[in-house]
Amino acid sequence: MGVDSHQTYSRHAWLDTISRIWAWLFLLAMVLFFSLAGEGFFTAFNLQAILANMAILTIIAMGQTYVIISGGIDLSAGWVMGMAAVISATVMNSLPETTPVWLVVLSGLGVGLAAAWIAGLVNGILIARLNVPPFIATLGMFGIARGIGFLLSGGMPVPIYVKGLGFLGNGFLLYYHPTVGWSFLTPPAGLAQADLRNLTGYFPFVVIVMLVLLLIAHLVLSRTQFGLHTYAIGGNKEAAMRAGIPVARRLVTIYMLSATFAAIAGLVYNVRFTNGAANAGEAMLLDTVAAVVIGGASLFGGAGTVIGTLIGALIISVLANGLVIMRVNPFWQFIAVGIVIIIAVLIDQARAQFAQE
Amino acid sequence: MDAQTTTHEPVLRATGLVKRFGGLTAVNDVSLDIHPGEVVALAGDNGAGKSTLIKMISGVYRPDGGHIYLEGKEITMASPLEARALGIETIYQDLALCENLDATVNIFLGREPTKRLFGIFKQVDRGHMLAESNKVLERLDIKIPNLRRPIRQMSGGQRQAVAIARAVYWNARLVIMDEPTAALGVPEQRKVHELVKTLKSQNVPVIIISHNMQDIFAVADRIIVMRRGQKVGDVRAAEVTDDDLVSLMVGAT
Repeated sequence: MGVDSHQTYSRHAWLDTISRIWAWLFLLAMVLFFSLAGEGFFTAFNLQAILANMAILTIIAMGQTYVIISGGIDLSAGWVMGMAAVISATVMNSLPETTPVWLVVLSGLGVGLAAAWIAGLVNGILIARLNVPPFIATLGMFGIARGIGFLLSGGMPVPIYVKGLGFLGNGFLLYYHPTVGWSFLTPPAGLAQADLRNLTGYFPFVVIVMLVLLLIAHLVLSRTQFGLHTYAIGGNKEAAMRAGIPVARRLVTIYMLSATFAAIAGLVYNVRFTNGAANAGEAMLLDTVAAVVIGGASLFGGAGTVIGTLIGALIISVLANGLVIMRVNPFWQFIAVGIVIIIAVLIDQARAQFAQE
Repeated sequence: MDAQTTTHEPVLRATGLVKRFGGLTAVNDVSLDIHPGEVVALAGDNGAGKSTLIKMISGVYRPDGGHIYLEGKEITMASPLEARALGIETIYQDLALCENLDATVNIFLGREPTKRLFGIFKQVDRGHMLAESNKVLERLDIKIPNLRRPIRQMSGGQRQAVAIARAVYWNARLVIMDEPTAALGVPEQRKVHELVKTLKSQNVPVIIISHNMQDIFAVADRIIVMRRGQKVGDVRAAEVTDDDLVSLMVGAT
């Protein structure tokens, strides 16, 4: 501080700006590159596939966003998702065949949610009341949820035998066929099998679900007291406590929220792939933390947005899709995401270091 | 109640306060009165019991003996939150601000005003917070350009000002400041002194804990000196010198 303090502040502002916009620029550059270099990348079909493929990741990453802003981390979310997916699948299979699809889905979701909430509640109590570091508490839950998921499913994916479920997971709001025209909710009747390839769907159901959840998560985080308290706890927990914020209660809610998103993601997996697998969310730990951190959240807590996380998820999903279209071995994706997450954290640390000075 | 008695009744009166930690008596039978618009410095060497005394008044510690009266009514506080609710605001050295959030949010932290959107969605009323923050800062004659910047980007003096504004906004009846200038450069120390004087001019009494003689003589009307848990001096600032104070603090005669 002192004489050169002005310079330090403008350096902050500069770093803040960089850390805010680099992800947008990176995404834009990637989309441009793949559009020019990859055949079939920039088509309605492919762009919608990118969005549909990122739904599960994005939904879990929303919970992770709240957790990371509060200064914690949820390592267990991916395996809680798998556990919930197995439980939902089992419940859906156990219902009588005459049960309407919406009731089947709601029952699956309800029981999956209940199981996930127990996991989230345990995480929250360990962290908020018993002062277990989030890394350890959720690492423990990682193992527990994984074990339960595999035990319940016998180590195998649980296929779901419910008619019409795949329609929900893979259907579109609108369909268009060059000769038959538009139709709503279901493909036009009477199309020959060979003719189906000319059919284009618009607005996949899972993308709509993802967008609605994004909107809610964004509004709650940016506009409500709960959202503000999440930032306050991550910024200075001691100050939040002294200001009278019920910190422990908020933290329990935050971890339960993460579990809620995990259970919903499990259900999306159920309807998309018509099965439930304990390891459905195995890749989610790297991808969700990457999405959140790329999106400008700080692993020190106190910073991050839902929109940022969406950008992070888009980057990961575009990267995965683009590599396939360019016929690059998809395993490169893990390496690329790994590198991007490290870069994001380096930027964050530089920012934190300047803030210290 | 006529004006005469109002001015004579102390805002805060503590009698015979005692605090023990195991075998150690940190504060031993200390009494003090704080009057409206009075700035009282609490001086003493490390371990003299200043902090312990303040923590009893601000609700952190429960006294083992003695009584505390606020505007004539005896009070007991189970937590700092209860003390705040009564109008005793303490500004700690670390200021307890969330550096990632802006000044308006920090002023309202934990007590955010809300409004309903479409009758259902209850959201934080940022416009109200900004307007009220501007009002309180104006009242304290504090100028902070762009209240929407995170505290992280503010200078030490501005942070101190936000902490004071927070205390004042919630109608503090007594403000306690713990080493308010410890981390500040000289120009910013002056700003804090001005703020204390502004509080005084608005009849809000201030207790300042300080090691800094300049602080003490710049703002204090009265100086209470502590040594080994006891009150060893209660003098008017105008009537003593640095040397007198130091002698009282270390116990030389």
